[in-house]
Amino acid sequence: MSKPKVIIIGAGFTGVATAHDLALRGFDVTVVDRGPIANGTSGRTHGLLHSGGRYAVNDKESAIECIEENTIPGVIEPNGGLFVAINESDMAYGEDFIEGCEACHIPIEELKPQQALKLEPNLNPNVLVAFRVPDGTFDPLRLAMSFAATAKSNGAKFKLFTEVTGLILNGQGNVTGIKVWDRTNDERYELYGDVVVNATGAWVGEITAMAGVDVPIRPTPGVMVAFDQRLTNHAINRLNKPGDGDIVLPQRQMVVVGTTSFEVQDLDYVPVIEDHVKLMLERGAELLPTIRNTNMRGAYMATRPLLGSGGSGRSISRTFKCFDHKETHGIDGLVTITGGKATTLRAMAEKTADVVCEKLNISAACTTKEVPLISYREFYRLPNDD
Amino acid sequence: MSTTKTKWTVNLKVYRKKGQKAPYYDQFTMEVDPDEYVLDAIERIWAFHDRSLTFRHACHHSTCGACGMLVNGVEKLTCITYIRDVVEDGGTIVIDPLRNFPIISDLVVDMSLFFDRMEMVGQRQVIPIAEEIVGSSQKAQSAGNGKEYLRLSDCIECGMCISACPIAATNPDYLGPAVLAGAQQSGLDKKPELLQIVDQENGLWRCHSAYECTAVCPSNVDPAWRIMDLRRQVTSQRFKRLFR
Repeated sequence: MSKPKVIIIGAGFTGVATAHDLALRGFDVTVVDRGPIANGTSGRTHGLLHSGGRYAVNDKESAIECIEENTIPGVIEPNGGLFVAINESDMAYGEDFIEGCEACHIPIEELKPQQALKLEPNLNPNVLVAFRVPDGTFDPLRLAMSFAATAKSNGAKFKLFTEVTGLILNGQGNVTGIKVWDRTNDERYELYGDVVVNATGAWVGEITAMAGVDVPIRPTPGVMVAFDQRLTNHAINRLNKPGDGDIVLPQRQMVVVGTTSFEVQDLDYVPVIEDHVKLMLERGAELLPTIRNTNMRGAYMATRPLLGSGGSGRSISRTFKCFDHKETHGIDGLVTITGGKATTLRAMAEKTADVVCEKLNISAACTTKEVPLISYREFYRLPNDD
Repeated sequence: MSTTKTKWTVNLKVYRKKGQKAPYYDQFTMEVDPDEYVLDAIERIWAFHDRSLTFRHACHHSTCGACGMLVNGVEKLTCITYIRDVVEDGGTIVIDPLRNFPIISDLVVDMSLFFDRMEMVGQRQVIPIAEEIVGSSQKAQSAGNGKEYLRLSDCIECGMCISACPIAATNPDYLGPAVLAGAQQSGLDKKPELLQIVDQENGLWRCHSAYECTAVCPSNVDPAWRIMDLRRQVTSQRFKRLFR
């Protein structure tokens, strides 16, 4: 019997993790992306492996998802994070933070100012209190490539630089495949599958529109700025409700300050707003004043795929959702997964693979918690068999 | 970056190649902010002018190494290369794919052999802070609280040193600067099996000390210094064997 076929649109975190999960469950998986691996939001993500502390007060569902998935493997600086109070408003938030972390089972350790400054000498000397949490920093591209490499080693095929130009619908209006354009050689062809998974993050609406339906997605970009000195080993978070420039991450020889929150119409090119860049320096310097003595290395943006249509970007939950369009719109053969955080990519993939299995009436358990990932370099070394 | 400052008009002359067809250059005249990065302009070509343009990119802040290209003939990580540093208002920026790699399409090159060699020498992407010190140019941060901190290593595997290397240009079998630097980072003392990989015809004795690799490295890896250090390691091992 031939393996059930799944086409995954999108080689960002969700797509590659879903490919890894489904390949392990015995599916014939093909991933298509209009660009290289992680060319959209995933590659440009801030790189914080969340402990969940950031969301422990206002968004507990997402905080719990983060702490449960906090051990994602691969290319990570696993040095922990600090939540730092600089002023009285931060101190007032501290009580809610302690309660929230307790409720979400996020382990925290309270540090006195001198302890925090001993750990991180570049911290603002006016620090009032700090809490240590299990944060880390990851390399976005290499994390995605580790999942893709492992999926490939289990038979998944990757068609990069291949843009989806349309969905193939049968007489009943159900999705049976996709029409694609290989941009490397200007060839167009069709791919057929039992299920098409739309894992295009902030862009999911463009794919569902091809089936004439909508999903509640609120693409919300944010600006990040990298500076050319490594001023900390811990991820430094402002101990207050989520806001602009409240996280500074170490990464290689840099620190990266992020982020902001705004809305756009055209997702394919989002300009980096100069005022936001200035704000990142101001806000970053409140946590690590010596940032002012560094040089800016790069300013960039990424578009969060936030779920829901109500409220502003900051108040929308960071949780994820998988839509079986048969249940939501009566269209079989199409599944959309979006929302979530990079930290929760494995859980998003498990949920999506569960939905695919249920649709095809296949009983196969998720094993991605146990199966180790292989080196990201294997993605390039392994042949792409057709 | 989007600003309210004066915009420039520049021409981007971009190398194009699809499948087996002959390569050519396309020219795009664009309004740019001089404080934008070259990669921003390339991404806008794709977004607004020509959807068939292919290029590699991911992080947009010099941590992934995907967007190395030739900008006016020089290897640049385009995500951190300001437009104002490579052209003047009204001028032309020529964009080519990296040299010494097979071209897949337009600005996309095939990195598989390079990654194969990086894996072969066991270059570590996550290492203890104290180990990632280049020459005498950097000081390690002291580890706090008795805990050994780890960090992502300097080499982002962009391939720009291979592209700039005059030896790699004439001999595709030469391991190349990043690979030899990776072997140096792994260390012959920790991985003695690396000796036969680097101490051979296409290994570290091929380097002619042109130092082009160190000149174009966007990440302060200093491959040339590492190759010289690796030579010292190999010579010292040979010397030790003589007297064993």
